[in-house]
Amino acid sequence: MTVLKKQVRIALRNCGVIDPEQIEDAIACDAYFALGKCLTTYSPDEVISEIKTSGLRGRGGGGFPTGLKWEITKNVESDQKYVVCNADEGDPGAFMDRSILEGDPHSVLEAMAICGYCIGANTGLIYIRAEYPLAIQRLKIAIKQAEEYGLLGDDILGSGFDFKIEMRYGAGAFVCGEETALIHSMEGLRGEPTVKPPFPSVSGYLGKPTNVNNVETFANIPVIINKGAKWFSRIGTEKSKGTKVFALAGKINNVGLIEVPMGTTLREVVYEIGGGIVNGKKFKSVQTGGPSGGCLTKDFLDTPIDYDNLVAAGSMMGSGGMIVMDEDDCMVSIAKFYLEFTLEESCGKCNPCRIGNKRLHEILTKITEGNGTVEDIERLKELSDVIKDTSLCGLGQSSPNPVLSTIANFEDEYMAHVKEGKCPAGQCKSLLRYDIVEDLCTGCTLCFRNCPVGAITGERRLPHFIDQSLCIKCGVCFEKCKFDAITLT
Amino acid sequence: MPEIKLSENTIQLIKNICAEFENKENELINVLHRVQGKLGYLPAEVQEVIAKELNIGVARVYGVVTFYSFFTMIPQGEFPISICMGTACYVRGAEQVLAEFKRQLNVDVGESTNDGKFSINCLRCVGACGLAPVVTVGGKVFGRVAPSQVKEIIAEYTQSNSADEAKSA
Repeated sequence: MTVLKKQVRIALRNCGVIDPEQIEDAIACDAYFALGKCLTTYSPDEVISEIKTSGLRGRGGGGFPTGLKWEITKNVESDQKYVVCNADEGDPGAFMDRSILEGDPHSVLEAMAICGYCIGANTGLIYIRAEYPLAIQRLKIAIKQAEEYGLLGDDILGSGFDFKIEMRYGAGAFVCGEETALIHSMEGLRGEPTVKPPFPSVSGYLGKPTNVNNVETFANIPVIINKGAKWFSRIGTEKSKGTKVFALAGKINNVGLIEVPMGTTLREVVYEIGGGIVNGKKFKSVQTGGPSGGCLTKDFLDTPIDYDNLVAAGSMMGSGGMIVMDEDDCMVSIAKFYLEFTLEESCGKCNPCRIGNKRLHEILTKITEGNGTVEDIERLKELSDVIKDTSLCGLGQSSPNPVLSTIANFEDEYMAHVKEGKCPAGQCKSLLRYDIVEDLCTGCTLCFRNCPVGAITGERRLPHFIDQSLCIKCGVCFEKCKFDAITLT
Repeated sequence: MPEIKLSENTIQLIKNICAEFENKENELINVLHRVQGKLGYLPAEVQEVIAKELNIGVARVYGVVTFYSFFTMIPQGEFPISICMGTACYVRGAEQVLAEFKRQLNVDVGESTNDGKFSINCLRCVGACGLAPVVTVGGKVFGRVAPSQVKEIIAEYTQSNSADEAKSA
């Protein structure tokens, strides 16, 4: 099958293969072998060196080298350290971490223990969204079973190394994906980011050195230990090693999770794995990186996907959401949609993010309502740059990306809104108008009967009319009319 | 907001939950999760009790409750309707579905109907993007919802209820 041919499953290796509620299943698929290997034959430094050689980078979006992060945390002296798993998957349209936690929770637990062994921590904390009840349940079962087998808890495999894992719950705040905000949230505070440095590696949870990694990053660790850094680093591109899991969604035929080697092109993802666009429509854009990313056009279809290429193309890897859009999607509305998200999720600490994004949203609303001007587009760009430069955390710094990338790639669409008062995709309702062509209308009353707001009037067998002041532009009449008597302009 | 007099039982329940977490202030979010799970929402009076038990300011509790979207100070409807507004759902028409729910029930996002049956909320991605657009009512998930199905979904709950009433009568 072409869907599978281009895929390489490392992080998702056991998802759907094992029963996640049976530790025996996981062990049969090599779970905890890497932990055993580390505890019995490798020193912490050797493990860290292996991870560094593998070239693994943080899969949460930042792309920071994982081995380096571990090394920094290891080198800080402290009586107590923590390993934190960031499972606060807040990106709309992304469900990679949920699938790993639900399908193969042991891979994450094992990797956290390995990390604990390396950096000198005896406690692991999983910060998970309360919106993922099944993942929470499976993690709890997995932790219990691992403890029963002596693979977690005191004196693991007789090595003298103790490691316990506890759960912490998020409560719906996107900004908590940011390390410092996440740590504040675990401490029972508002999840507001604070200035780095000090980095969590030095002063994190309860002021102790804390190593924070994402779920998918952890899921890669046992495989690297088992198969070796050399094997892992052969997959991928020069600076981005291994694979990346993407949540492929939107206007695409094969929706779902995919795992591809870094360096796969968007064309392969969209057309070979994704099976092309729904209803044979025209491809318009792929949005990567969620609310912090950007929209890529067909010009980027042959760009190999890795951290650096996506940034160069004006987007970012992000956590792996990949939303495909077709010709019916209005890019101004999409930018506005992401801004709505940012507005709601901005913690409010920094003015540029709190107020600047509000202004961006107002300008975009003005444009989608047909009241925008060419100057507004310049204003959007200028304000975006200021917000990027002056916000404290990643959320604010990247929040204008959807605006900037849609302007850069689809400026003609913005121009059509402000100059001609038209929405080329036909999505901005204020710019649409439904009319009944008198000559074609047979007076069948079908539109009249289906109009949800009673905006259509007319006698049977006589032409009908749409009262524009009542019309909510839902398009029902347009769909129902059998005589093509209704026009959309 | 009208003042609510908490019953002794409710106060005891909150105290017990706080005690389970050893009245530690850094367990605040866990405490709030448990209390909201029991009571359905977190009105000011409840927050006052929690603040006292954990020995922190009410402002701190209020700050946390209002920061996180999972916590609410308004009671939810008997059948809470949540419309997923994740990107995948959005590009597949979640906005139109939401508009139709608002129109049919005549309430805004975050509000409940007068009879207390329904409330509407927006969610940011339930991670079921393959089923976009997704609507959940209580614990039940409706996938690939079209605006034209909204009426049926609402009817499913109003009817089942009147059927129950008829049975009990």
